[in-house]
Amino acid sequence: MKILALIAVALTGWLLMSAVSDFPDWGDPHSPANSYRLSQGYITDTFPQTSVPNMVTAVLADYRGYDTMFETVVIFTAGIAIIGILRRYGPKDKVIPEQKLYKKEPDLIVETTCRLMIPIIQLFALYVVAHGHHSPGGGFQGGVIFGASFILLALARDLQATQKWVPESRILNLAGTGIFIYAGFGFLCLLLGSNFLDYAILHKVMGVTPIEARSHSMLGVEIGVAFTVTAIMFSIYSNLASNGYMKEGL
Amino acid sequence: MIWIFDSIILIFLVVTAIISLQVKDLLSASMIFGVYSFLMCLLWAGMAAVDVAFTEAAVGAGVSAVFLIATVFRTSRRSSD
Repeated sequence: MKILALIAVALTGWLLMSAVSDFPDWGDPHSPANSYRLSQGYITDTFPQTSVPNMVTAVLADYRGYDTMFETVVIFTAGIAIIGILRRYGPKDKVIPEQKLYKKEPDLIVETTCRLMIPIIQLFALYVVAHGHHSPGGGFQGGVIFGASFILLALARDLQATQKWVPESRILNLAGTGIFIYAGFGFLCLLLGSNFLDYAILHKVMGVTPIEARSHSMLGVEIGVAFTVTAIMFSIYSNLASNGYMKEGL
Repeated sequence: MIWIFDSIILIFLVVTAIISLQVKDLLSASMIFGVYSFLMCLLWAGMAAVDVAFTEAAVGAGVSAVFLIATVFRTSRRSSD
């Protein structure tokens, strides 16, 4: 059976490798992807239409905003599914012996390093979210980094200490709030008489030009994405690390 | 010059991929998978896809390695096959 699998893998690899020679050169301006008028349109029109220099974020949060909203919903659903599968209530029925690794004792080096690092990580995460439409980054990356700072706190102290700041109910509220913010921007556009997630109309409530309104709304929806991603990342970690009991982590 | 750099990263990428599949200790497999993600991130950055590289660094090398390690600690340390 292993021989058959090896042959199948080798054959697929050979097929993929033989297709590589048909690819256009890297950065070739005449390749189909670069010469098609849609990408030309994005390259020339993104900045005049949205005043956002980072084209990737403009496509992600504005031109394809509907996709990104449901990507956020996918992350939310994945988090809910993981809670549904892993979360266990009630007293521990059986203790897996391998878990008793070491009893927690506050370690000076680890504590001090985390005390220094966590504020910097969180500040950087906020910068990534807030600057996502001007430089690489955005809601997903910033949210993951912000969630990672809570994970670092849970690793350095223990899960109980972290639960004081982010208890489970608050995590779920945050995750829902993120999607609410994103969809709220869409419905606000609908209420003002435009299409769903057509941010240009929001200049009526923001008091800026329609072009700037698109830029500001992108920041708004990125913040929504960051809320959901932060909450779900920490929720996944705390469920995995505590075996679903949310009592003691690693 | 960039050609040499790319080749070194690609060779290490294949090596880490094979190691993380072959090694019996699942904790080392998770760590090496994080290394794989980081090399992937370097490749994306080299191809000027900075947004993708950023996501790979944050999600692939950062958080998913932690998730894998947390899972290893809660299940078994050794691979059974």
